[in-house]
Amino acid sequence: MENIEILVVGKHEQIMKTIIRLIDAKTQWKGHAASTVEESMKLAKSFAFNVVLLGAGLTTAESDDLRSSFTVPVIQHYGGGSGLLFAEIYEAIGK
Amino acid sequence: MAKTIFHIANSRGNVDLGWLKSNHTFSFGNYYNPERINFGALRVLNDDTVAGGKGFGTHPHDNMEIISIPLGGGLKHHDSMDNIAVIQDGDIQVMSAGTGIFHEEQNNDQEEDVHFLQIWIYPNQLNVTPRYAQLTLDKSARHNKLQQILSPDANDQGVWIYQNAWFQLGDFDKGSQVSYTLHDKNNGVYVFIIYGFAEVEGQQLHTRDGLGITELDDLKISFIQRTEFLIMEVPMNF
Repeated sequence: MENIEILVVGKHEQIMKTIIRLIDAKTQWKGHAASTVEESMKLAKSFAFNVVLLGAGLTTAESDDLRSSFTVPVIQHYGGGSGLLFAEIYEAIGK
Repeated sequence: MAKTIFHIANSRGNVDLGWLKSNHTFSFGNYYNPERINFGALRVLNDDTVAGGKGFGTHPHDNMEIISIPLGGGLKHHDSMDNIAVIQDGDIQVMSAGTGIFHEEQNNDQEEDVHFLQIWIYPNQLNVTPRYAQLTLDKSARHNKLQQILSPDANDQGVWIYQNAWFQLGDFDKGSQVSYTLHDKNNGVYVFIIYGFAEVEGQQLHTRDGLGITELDDLKISFIQRTEFLIMEVPMNF
């Protein structure tokens, strides 16, 4: 079974580290972090993401750019930790 | 005609980590139930018990309105904005996590458990500046009447959050009744019984049962036994 590749885009470095750690702790989930639209698009050339999470600190324009740039689900992540993270990803990937 | 969704107490997601015992009304952490994600803007309703001397280590939050209501014992809070406080039964605490905040929560007692409700509401604004507040409530002000403990308005009673939500606590005697009129007819109401036995919209509710109600203007609650309860009025579309 292939990994679920998850891109997380946000500005808060410590929270991003926490979210990536939580994602990577799940079997067959792999998290990738970016803080800008440009970084996200660069990563998208190397990985076939299954879902994109929008983290804290992005402007509306950045969020809109990301929503229009990906064909996979692009969802707002709320809460900043493990509380809602897994349910958000399960819902996005249709589990 | 009002629509209802009933969550009986023992249908909640149960977590027992030894130091933490929690019942999740909605999907949270490793508890995932696609039928139990949220009730409108109400996303988390956790009924937590933390053992003496234990607690949640430092962890982050962002973009969420987080409300804690102690039901017994004391909970010590320390966050990255240098707020250090203890909340106890009768208090309410609120954090707007916004762009990001780290905090830890510890039982303030080395021996006795602390019991509290942790409630998360989706915010109506993203990336606000994080804020923390707590308030000591007059518990006598909810005996046989509703006590507003949360609203969207900093000048109204109780604490405030970034959402068009209103919370009320009540402690009503057996045989009494109360009516609640919604602030916004597009909102829904979630009634959670902290302790007791009541009837709401034809549904009998016991301790820790919850009932979500939509498409109503007014709510009538009848108390079959003495009952402490929480009413959460939240937007259904946000």
